[in-house]
Amino acid sequence: MIGVKSYGAYIPKYRLGKETAGWGFPAEKAVANFDEDSITMAVAAGMDCLRGMDRSQVDGILYATTTAPYVEKQGAALIATALDLRRDITSADVTDVLRAGTTALKMALDAVRAGTANSMLVVASDCRMATPKGGLDRAMGDGAVALLVAKDGVVAEVEASYHITDHMLDIWRSSDESTVRNWEDRFVIEEGIFRVIPEAVSAFMAKNNLSQKDFQKVAYHSIDARRHTELAKTMKFEGDQVQDPLYSQVGNTGVAFPLMLMVAALEEAKAGDKILVVGYGDGCDVHSVKVGEGIDKIRQERRGVKKHVEAKRVLKTYDEYLRWRGMMTVAGVRRPTATGPSVSALWRETDRIIQLHGSKCRKCGYIQYPPQRVCVECHAKDEMDSVRMSDKQATVFTYSMDYLSGTTDVPLVIAVINFDGGGRMLSMMTDREIDELSVGMPVEMSFRKIRAAGGVHNYYWKSTPVRA
Amino acid sequence: MTEGIKDRVAIVGMGCTKFGERWDVSGLDMMVEAAYEAYEDAGLEPKDIQAAWLGTVASFNTGQPAAEALKLDYIPITRVENACATATDAFRNACYAVAAGIYDIVLAVGVEKLKDTGFAGLTTGAQSGPGVEPPSPPPVQFALAATRYFHTYGLSYEEGKRVLGQIAVKNHHAGSLHPKAHLRREITLEQVLKAPMIAWPLGLFDCCGVSDGAAAAIITTPENARKMRDDYVLVKGLGVAVGGRQGMLRDDYDFVSFPENLAAARQAYEEAGITNPRQEVDLAVVHDCFTITELIIYEDMGFSARGRAKEDVESGAFSLEGDLPVNPDGGLKCFGHPIGASGLRMIYEVYKQMQGKAPGPPERQLKKADIGLTHNLGGRPGSFTCSVAIFGRRD
Repeated sequence: MIGVKSYGAYIPKYRLGKETAGWGFPAEKAVANFDEDSITMAVAAGMDCLRGMDRSQVDGILYATTTAPYVEKQGAALIATALDLRRDITSADVTDVLRAGTTALKMALDAVRAGTANSMLVVASDCRMATPKGGLDRAMGDGAVALLVAKDGVVAEVEASYHITDHMLDIWRSSDESTVRNWEDRFVIEEGIFRVIPEAVSAFMAKNNLSQKDFQKVAYHSIDARRHTELAKTMKFEGDQVQDPLYSQVGNTGVAFPLMLMVAALEEAKAGDKILVVGYGDGCDVHSVKVGEGIDKIRQERRGVKKHVEAKRVLKTYDEYLRWRGMMTVAGVRRPTATGPSVSALWRETDRIIQLHGSKCRKCGYIQYPPQRVCVECHAKDEMDSVRMSDKQATVFTYSMDYLSGTTDVPLVIAVINFDGGGRMLSMMTDREIDELSVGMPVEMSFRKIRAAGGVHNYYWKSTPVRA
Repeated sequence: MTEGIKDRVAIVGMGCTKFGERWDVSGLDMMVEAAYEAYEDAGLEPKDIQAAWLGTVASFNTGQPAAEALKLDYIPITRVENACATATDAFRNACYAVAAGIYDIVLAVGVEKLKDTGFAGLTTGAQSGPGVEPPSPPPVQFALAATRYFHTYGLSYEEGKRVLGQIAVKNHHAGSLHPKAHLRREITLEQVLKAPMIAWPLGLFDCCGVSDGAAAAIITTPENARKMRDDYVLVKGLGVAVGGRQGMLRDDYDFVSFPENLAAARQAYEEAGITNPRQEVDLAVVHDCFTITELIIYEDMGFSARGRAKEDVESGAFSLEGDLPVNPDGGLKCFGHPIGASGLRMIYEVYKQMQGKAPGPPERQLKKADIGLTHNLGGRPGSFTCSVAIFGRRD
C-alpha cells in the first residue's frame, strides 16, 4: 500500500480582512509575514509533517512552488538542510506551474512504487503576488503543505491517479515579473479550468470504474469562491462533497492549494472515506485517496490546516502588507546600507545557521549554541556531538525592543532564549505581539528570511511565540 | 615572583580635549590637543617621550597616526584596541613598560573620531560574514540587562525606569558643571521618563553621548616623578578581564552581574590592597554607557549590596555630595564617549581631582580624593572586555 504516511501544513499567522484598513474586502486571506517566503513556509510545513518522526528515514524531498527565491539554485536542498534530513537523499524542485504540488505527489508515489525510495517528502508552498486589490489579489493567499509519501505505515492510500497535459496561457507570470497576470476572464474560465478539470475528472472516473458518489470529499483547484462552487456542479459533485476551499479564511495558496484542501479533508475524514484531489495548470492531475486506520493519531499530533487557520491576527492596515512585499517604502532612521553576506562564511557555518545545530559535550553533557570546539563548561577539546535545536521549545530569559533599527517590524524584538534541555541563543523574535511579551514566555523556532542582499537570500532561525 | 603594579609608576602629565561633535577638527588634531596639554602639564618636551601607546577602536590603524600627529620620530608606538577598554589598556601597557624598566617616560594617548560617519549612534562593528546575527546595537544589548534586572529584583517597569532615570539626572548635573563635557545641561526625572524609547526599556536619556575626543597621559617612574612635581598620581592597581561570549554559550549567565566586572575588580583591588571598596574608594569614574550599566557596576564593584543599588541611588550616595561620588565629570552619559579616548578621560578626572585642580566651578572639586577608581566595559552583556584601574595620591 502506497500513500501518505504523514501530513503537515503551515498557514502564516497574519490575515488581511474586514478590519484591515484599505483592504476593502470582507473575506480574509492569509499573508506571509515580511520575513517569510515559500522556502520558510515549506520548512514550517515540513516540520509539522515530521513532528515526532525519525527524520533520518526520509529518502528524498520534492519542493513544489512557483515562487522559489532562486531560478538557478535548488530550493529543495535548502529546505532539506533546514529540516536536517540525511545527506544521501534525492532532491528536486518541481516548479513553474500551479499543478506542481499534485505533480510532485505523483513523482513521489512513482519513486516509492518503483522502490528507489522508501519514503519521499513532498513540500508544496507558494507566496504569490498579484496587482494590489485586483481579483487575483483578493483570491490568493500564502501557505504550505507537506506530505510524507511511503509504503509502510500509510494513513491514506493513493489508489489511482490520472494526468492531462494541456498547454495554455490563462494565468501566468514571466520570469522577470513579480505579479501574476491573466488573459480575459471568460477565456480563463471557459477554456481553462472549466474545460480541463471536468475532462480530467470524467476520464479518471471512466478509467477506474468510479463515479462521483464514490467520494466523500473532493479537493480541487479553482480561481475564486464563486467559480469553486460552479466548478463542483460542472464536475457533477454535490455541495456537501466539496471540501471547504477556505477562500474566506486563507485564499488560494497556489501550488499548495489542492494538497492543503486534501489535508483539511484528512483532518475530518474517517477510515474508509475516499477523497478526490485535483490539481490544475497546463493540464490536470487527479489523485484518489482512501483514508486508512491510523489517521486519528496523525491528526492529534499535527497542527495541520485547522489549527493554523484558527491561530491568526488580522493586520490593521493594507499599507503594512505593501511594506512587507516591498511595494511601498517608508522613511526610517538613517542607517548604513546592508551589504550582501559572505557566501563562503554562510556555507562554512551551515550547521549553525541552517540546521540550527548546537553541540553537546561527550565528557560533561553541556549543550551549547553555536557549536564549539572547546567545551565552555569542562574545556574538553573536540569531544562534541551535534544536537538539533530547531525542534526544541525554549523560554524567554530576557528581551528588548528596538525602536530605531528598522522600518519593517518596529519594534524589533531581540530575545535571549534558553532551550528546554540546555543551550541559549540570542534571537530575533517574529510573529510577536508586543502586549504578549514577558520574561519566561514559551517560544519555538521558525526558519525565516533575514534579508536579500547582493543576490543572496539569507535565511536563519528566529524565535516565535508558540503558535498553537 | 610577581610584584604587581602598585606604586611602581606615576602619572606626571595629562591632557584631555573638549568632547563633543567636533566637526571642525580631525582625529590627528585632537591627539595634538590632548598630548600638548599633557606635555605642558608635565613640563616635558615631545622629544622626552621614549615610547607611546595609541588607543583607538575605529579611527585609525597602527601606531603611525600618533607619530604623524605628534611628530614622534621613529620611536616605538603600539596601537591598542580592546573595545571600550581600549584607552585604559593602552595606558596599562604603557605602565608595564615603565615598570619593567624598559623606558623612563612614555605616552599613552586615546582618540576617537566618531562623527564623520553620517549616522547617529554607533556604526562601528558592522557585520561581515554570514550576516544572520540579530541586528542588536548597544542600546538593545544593554536593554537585555535592564529587562532582566527589573525581573530579577521585582521592579515594575515604572520603578525600574525611575531608578535608572535618577542616574541620568545625576550625571547630567555633573556634566553641566564640566567645561570639557559634551552634554552640558541639567535634566529632570520627568524629562527622562517622557523621552522617546530607543531600545525598550531604555529611553533616550538612558543612553550616553556619541562624541569625538582625545585624552593623553605621561607615565614615568615614581623616582622621576618626584623630581618633576609634587602632585603626581600613583597607579595602585590594574585589572583587565576578557570574556569569551560565555553569556551566550552558558544558559546560567544571569545578565544582572557581569563576571568580567567581578574579575577585573578583584585583580585591581588585590593589587591595590583594597578590601572594602565602598569605604576606601573616594571617587569612581565608571563606564555608564547606559544607565543600567552604571546600576550594575555599583553592585559589581562592591559599592552596593547585590540587588540593593536602588537604595544607594535614591539616597544620593553616588552624587557629587554623596559618600562615594560616581562619575563626578558627567560620565559617558554627558562627558561623552569617544570610545578609544574614554578610559584616559576617566583617568584625567581622577588625576585632576587628586591634584585639587578639578576643571569647572569650585563645587565640582571633591573634598576627599585620595583613592580613585576608573572602570571600562567594552562589548555587550555576555562578552565584555573590562578594565579597572586604581589610583592614589603620593604619600
